[in-house]
Amino acid sequence: MGGQQQKKYERGSATNYITRNKARKKLSLSLADFRRLCILKGIYPHEPKHKKKVNKGSTAPRTFYLLKDIRFLLHEPIVGKFREYKIFVRKLRKAYGKGEWAGVQRLRENKPSYKLDHVVKERYPTFIDAIRDMDDALSMCFLFSTFARTGKCHVQTIQLCRRLCVEWMNYVIASRSLRKVFLSIKGIYYQADVLGQLVTWLVPYQFAHNHPTDVDYRVMATFTEFYTTLLGFINFRLYHSINLAYPPKCVVSPHFYSQKLSALSATLSRVISAPEDEDAELDHFPAEGEDAEALQVREKQQKGLDAQKRLFEGLKFFLSREVPREPLAFVIRCFGGQVSWDQSLCMGSTYNATDETITHQVVDRPNVDKKYINRYYVQPQWVFDCVNGKMLLPVEDYFPGVTLPPHLSPFMEEKDGDYVPPEKLKLMALQRGEKPGEIKFEEEEEGDEANADEDYDDDEEEMDNKEVRDEKSLKMIEKQRSQERAVSVMVTPGKVKAENKMRLEYEEKAEEKHLAIMMMKKKEKYLYDKIMFGKRRTVREANKLAAKRKAHDETLKANKKKKGKKD
Amino acid sequence: MVKFLGSSRTPAAFLHGDIRNTVGNVPMEWYQDYPHIGYDLEGKKIFKPIRNKDELDEFLDKMENPDYWRTVHDKMTSTDIRLTDEQISLVHRLQSGQFGDVNFNEYEPYIDFFSGETMIHPVTNRPQDKRSFIPSLIEKEKVSKMVHAIKMGWIKPRKPKESDLQFYDLWAKEDPNAILGRHKMHVPAPKMKLPGHEESYNPPPEYLLTEEERLAWEQQDPEDRKLSFLPQKFSCLRSVPAYSRFIHERFERCLDLYLCPRQRKMRVNVDPEDLIPKLPKPRDLQPFPTIQSLIYRGHSSLVRCISLSPSGQWLASGSDDCTVRLWEVSTGRCMKTVEVGGAVRSIVWNPNPAICLVAVCFNETVVLLNPYLADKLVYNATDQLIASYVEPEEERPQPVQWQVPEIEDSDKGFRLIITHPKSVKQVTWHSKGDYLASVLSDNSNMQVLIHQVSKRRSQNPFRKNKGLVQCVSFHPIRPYFFVASQRCVRVYNLIKQELMKKLMANCKWISSMAIHPGGDNVICGSYDSRLSWFDLDLSTKPYKVLRHHKKALRGVAFHKNYPLFASGSDDGSVIVCHGMVYNDLLQNPLIVPVKVLKGHTLTHNLGVLDVAFHPTQPWVFSSGADATIRLFT
Repeated sequence: MGGQQQKKYERGSATNYITRNKARKKLSLSLADFRRLCILKGIYPHEPKHKKKVNKGSTAPRTFYLLKDIRFLLHEPIVGKFREYKIFVRKLRKAYGKGEWAGVQRLRENKPSYKLDHVVKERYPTFIDAIRDMDDALSMCFLFSTFARTGKCHVQTIQLCRRLCVEWMNYVIASRSLRKVFLSIKGIYYQADVLGQLVTWLVPYQFAHNHPTDVDYRVMATFTEFYTTLLGFINFRLYHSINLAYPPKCVVSPHFYSQKLSALSATLSRVISAPEDEDAELDHFPAEGEDAEALQVREKQQKGLDAQKRLFEGLKFFLSREVPREPLAFVIRCFGGQVSWDQSLCMGSTYNATDETITHQVVDRPNVDKKYINRYYVQPQWVFDCVNGKMLLPVEDYFPGVTLPPHLSPFMEEKDGDYVPPEKLKLMALQRGEKPGEIKFEEEEEGDEANADEDYDDDEEEMDNKEVRDEKSLKMIEKQRSQERAVSVMVTPGKVKAENKMRLEYEEKAEEKHLAIMMMKKKEKYLYDKIMFGKRRTVREANKLAAKRKAHDETLKANKKKKGKKD
Repeated sequence: MVKFLGSSRTPAAFLHGDIRNTVGNVPMEWYQDYPHIGYDLEGKKIFKPIRNKDELDEFLDKMENPDYWRTVHDKMTSTDIRLTDEQISLVHRLQSGQFGDVNFNEYEPYIDFFSGETMIHPVTNRPQDKRSFIPSLIEKEKVSKMVHAIKMGWIKPRKPKESDLQFYDLWAKEDPNAILGRHKMHVPAPKMKLPGHEESYNPPPEYLLTEEERLAWEQQDPEDRKLSFLPQKFSCLRSVPAYSRFIHERFERCLDLYLCPRQRKMRVNVDPEDLIPKLPKPRDLQPFPTIQSLIYRGHSSLVRCISLSPSGQWLASGSDDCTVRLWEVSTGRCMKTVEVGGAVRSIVWNPNPAICLVAVCFNETVVLLNPYLADKLVYNATDQLIASYVEPEEERPQPVQWQVPEIEDSDKGFRLIITHPKSVKQVTWHSKGDYLASVLSDNSNMQVLIHQVSKRRSQNPFRKNKGLVQCVSFHPIRPYFFVASQRCVRVYNLIKQELMKKLMANCKWISSMAIHPGGDNVICGSYDSRLSWFDLDLSTKPYKVLRHHKKALRGVAFHKNYPLFASGSDDGSVIVCHGMVYNDLLQNPLIVPVKVLKGHTLTHNLGVLDVAFHPTQPWVFSSGADATIRLFT
């Protein structure tokens, strides 16, 4: 009987994890080097399921890494390079101290460096994996590419980031894969569809950065080191996937990367000249039942997508000087438009403001001195709203000096129960092909007659209610209303009884539910309460927003009326 | 203090009475309080000139003296010296940065001795060294060392400089199967949340914060904020400024990526409606009481206990106003009010339909009361039954005192008085109607007493005290006895005189207990608002714990015929549940709450104090702290 006594914490989850300090000692690295290594290799702490067990009974707060990850780091060639670098720094310091300038020169020449190719391959075994994880890399590179030479990071890094970003933008233009753009207060969000993966990145507005002191730029630089390598490889592959030469061949001037725009207005050279219309048509297979429906839906989507890709085709844009050139040129070119700007402003302009064929001039000032009759003058938001709306929106709302309609986030997909801003409803109606004129007509009417006005208000209220409450309660309300009206007109006891029956039924059901909820198990009850709490919160928030909007609209209307009276 | 300056004055000047001061370079303030200002070359004192030029004199001098501009005050001798023309020109020259000497020429031609031009004649006449003609030994040594090192392979040729970035098709030979085992444990970092409408530079007006919301936002801790930024509205794109926290946010994301522990969490995506158990509809489980139909008013204080007569025609209630009231159930009329000597703690109608007797307990006494509310034959027979008692031959010592009441008490209806040593908190009848159990609020071993009415005998069944007894009950069919202490219910076999079972109630303090008429199921109400249902055949743990009430439970009851049970609680509600017990032992009891009955108002934080079912109808009675009894049908 018996056998050896089992010791605690020698099996199971306790042996699968290792604390940070132990890992550091195992790798014999300093904390800084360990962190760099973790960043480069993409190793992160894991939260064990049973922390106390893993922590060997203690509840002290510790970070745990997977032991396998750390073992895997043991054989990393970069670790050796780190050590070499440390030795290099020591030698260099010594040579400086002794004033051996020849030695310094020699050491400098033999500065150890490492490559991250194998790390990229390891972290992303397939290309799709890499694309899936591109968001942070792009955002970081775009940020670094806007840095000035302030000594916060190496100039070479900034230049490399700039180059990679321009290459990426050119790819997006060439493949027409941009889907959504959003002007936020933080910067501009772009979303592209690359090989079926949605890639979102954020670009800050073009301003000099106020560098904060409480940010460790070394950490960011290490991340950037990895991200640039990753982006380079991704760009290479993407360029080759659409038959473009990499690095891009239109590198004419040395200012190519610093002046991104020159590149944005030029087309890239292809390895093999491909026919213009390369989109192969979908083969048709006979399908039945649901498959056929799904196929139809898919075809419709594909058509919509194609239409969106050609959104600005045939349009000629001219950007005036106060408009952010780079994002606008990028977006317009992504959807097939032609774009130019004043020659004195920046290189790469292809036509002048006097060109008669220009259809749209993007202006961001209240009034324009010299107007051409045969073109529209629009504010920059029009371009972005068109992209998000997947159609050319009416330009009247976007004329210079006009109060702009709100710019909505294209990333919000409202589920039922969520609050939908009225502007979005309007846009959806436009997309469905309904004419905005009808709504306008009603609004005009509203101004004329006070009575009609009120009625219209009521209708609006009902609309709001529909969004917020569920159908049942709505029915109840409607019934109640009808009841009230019925009572005021004539007395029909039979009807009232029917009403009560409905109500009774409803109440009975509610009570039944309440009783059933009482019988729930504790665990399920907890979960149920949590879900219901969340639901109630969203409804509350939606109601709050709706109420705010209503109040706002009412004050606006009141102001309008006051003005009208004064006039 | 006196210092001789190396003077290069000619003796002639010396003779002319040179009054140069010899004090040296010292502050002349030191001589302020003396009549002299120093010493001449012979060591004699130089006296200050007798004059004191004040501001006015100075001014006049400045205005009148044409040589004022070239007059300098010599502090050492305290005399005014008029500068000569030579001296003035010297000053001018120095001021303009020229040499002091007029005759010095700074631009004299330069003679270049060591020029790059080769000349016929050497500059120096020194013969050349020998070492400049023979090869250097030291250099040879160095070279040979290097040659040796190269031969030995110590010095390697310089590595070709790698061009820093060479991109190629990294995934050319990608093999989806070659994924490392490590990737199985990989938890990809969650993506950044996509921005909503409120982040727009020109959001719809409802997304902007009002003044109060903005203040609240500012006062919140940055970590608690729901939005990390203040929504703002700009009229045009031109006026949008840089976002000041851009680098911060990027940096925080970096920190999250490499420092934040990750855990794979399964997101539960359940429809909340699916979580609600599918119970039979209450409509299908009828009959059960649904509405309040009668209120019995009359008591002036809280009604602690109620009991129904076996026929279901009469209701007895005991209250803190020291009265027992007897009501007619169907009309709500108070038939009789009996004054007793204390707050009534418990009242029970004798379950035997052939006997008309109510056991009432207050203070230390239990009174058997004949309410005269039945068939005349029945209550006369009851009186006769009690009167037919014959004293036994030998008097046995009894723990309690049995008394026949005085005449005035017997007019009230009192038939027997059992006086206990301590106050009594509960009485209960055996189903046959002969035995009576009482619970004393005492900590000693005499907490439970069983009385036999026909023989007027009492006994203490327990030798030892096992916790504070809350309530007791007889099994309806078998000779079992249930004793509920604070946290468990003990089941005793009265014939074998042994403990059969100990039911663990899973609660802090049991308040009440009821036995299913079948006898195999027990419910316990507790002060921590739980109701535990025990299936005696199943386990000693509760089959189900119901937490329907919000506050402490005060009373529970089973219906005799219908599969119903009810619980009354301090939250003022009575919850009626359908509790079906099947004859098939394999099928577990079905418990479905069917109705929440409300009606009692809360007084002193007390709601319902007792509940009782009608013996034949699906009606439930509840007595409350608001001095009413309510009937729900």
